[in-house]
Amino acid sequence: MAAKLILSMDGSVLQEYVLSKERMTVGRKPHNDIVIENLAISGEHAAIVTILNDSFLEDLDSTNGVMVNGTQVKKHFLQNNDVIEIGKYKLKYLNEVQHQANGADFEKTMVLRTPSAAPAADNKTLAQSEPGIAPAQTAGNPAGAANVAAKKTGDATVVQKMVPPAAVQILTGANTGRELDLVKNLTTLGKPGVQVAVLTRRPHGYFITHVEGANYPSLNGRALDEQPHPLNNHDIIELAGIKMEFYFKD
Amino acid sequence: MKLQEALEIASQTHSGMVRSHNEDSLTHDAACGLVVLADGMGGYNAGEVASGIAVSVLSTEIRQRMDEVRPEDKSAEGEDMGVVLLRENVKKANASIYSAAQNQPQYSGMGTTIVTALFYDNRVAVAHVGDSRMYRLRGESFGAITRDHSLLQEQLDGGIISPEDARVSKNRNLVTRAVGIEADVIPEVHVHEVCAGDIYLLCSDGLNDMVEDEDIGNTLQMLQANLPLAANQLIEMANDNGGRDNVSVILVKINGDFSVPRGWLDKLQSWLKN
Repeated sequence: MAAKLILSMDGSVLQEYVLSKERMTVGRKPHNDIVIENLAISGEHAAIVTILNDSFLEDLDSTNGVMVNGTQVKKHFLQNNDVIEIGKYKLKYLNEVQHQANGADFEKTMVLRTPSAAPAADNKTLAQSEPGIAPAQTAGNPAGAANVAAKKTGDATVVQKMVPPAAVQILTGANTGRELDLVKNLTTLGKPGVQVAVLTRRPHGYFITHVEGANYPSLNGRALDEQPHPLNNHDIIELAGIKMEFYFKD
Repeated sequence: MKLQEALEIASQTHSGMVRSHNEDSLTHDAACGLVVLADGMGGYNAGEVASGIAVSVLSTEIRQRMDEVRPEDKSAEGEDMGVVLLRENVKKANASIYSAAQNQPQYSGMGTTIVTALFYDNRVAVAHVGDSRMYRLRGESFGAITRDHSLLQEQLDGGIISPEDARVSKNRNLVTRAVGIEADVIPEVHVHEVCAGDIYLLCSDGLNDMVEDEDIGNTLQMLQANLPLAANQLIEMANDNGGRDNVSVILVKINGDFSVPRGWLDKLQSWLKN
């Protein structure tokens, strides 16, 4: 479960370290958690601070610096498979939670219980203050987590499937010939308060939906209803008396 | 304007693209200005049970209490009664979930986040526990008006993690407060002024974990003329982005002034109007 660092040099693995402590140090001197006996390494070279599933790397003002994936860093939020370079040594950061999160079973929401629960008096001050100045509670004891229970939840991974680029071209009225690229997930057409339709870009294509107005837009001469309708190449949309054509750009 | 006319409400909930069942619960009642959204946690169906208890306690109790007290009245401590009603009843929900979890082994450890709001007298009182949120769109500006009770929020507040890094943090699933986990809970309650044209969004983290705030704001801005469509669009966006969690939204649009008549003339006028 816990994240690991794999120490290697010139492609051969020397040692594996589990990030079991909240703070682990890397350096030449023997009191470090990860000792690398090499003159290019400072006495205390770097530290890795782990808060539950997240680890942060920090350069402890070392003489020769720290690189992550080829870039010099002072402080870095470690991501799975990051390669930390210290002198000729490499430390590969592996965070198993990532693999789990990608699998069918994903992480569960848990409640962190702070042993010293907030005093009841804090409630009153909170009730009066705006959120911007709500007092920050201490994170308590992150390593010694938590009671509780499974609220399965999504993580930050955003699955952005690509849909081919598309546009609408205005065919009638004052703006005839104007082209509108559909570069956003939502594009509204029409006059607010009179008649508005929205074109939505979704992973499986483009759709048109009526938003407001007594009249509904029509698609290839047929009036739409409340439901979204998929758009096909060269469909003709008519909205507030203006005709336009939907088409894919390549 | 009567509360019921001033508030336009739309809501939708969906189990998402991965989960087989929906542990979110929600309810709304424009007549008494109440909206409640809860996101349950716990094994088997315990999450649904917890969020269901929270929603039903809040809505039944507050409706009942509003026969006797007005939310705009002041308590002995000088707080709006609306604040007191929300706080007391979140605590009541906490007690009933906690006792159900204590008494029935299959519900052990269940709990729920909650965000609930009471609209009265051109104001809104908002109570929340955990990481369910309330956002506000006012004119061009859109943002959360609740602050998650989560480890990540605490790290952000403490400057331990930057907002950019927070997006890829693996600690986003840890809440520091929940309803029903301990014998007592402290809900966070705030009162905000309400303006005509405002749109309020209550949502479970299934929305804001999958859709960037900016996209949520743009969607509300563009589709504000059609609230049910906006709600539906938000759910679709969460699902199109992976839909890894249950996703629920309640939208409240303020169509006009709902201040409580104060002077005798005001009262007479409003009596004549009704």
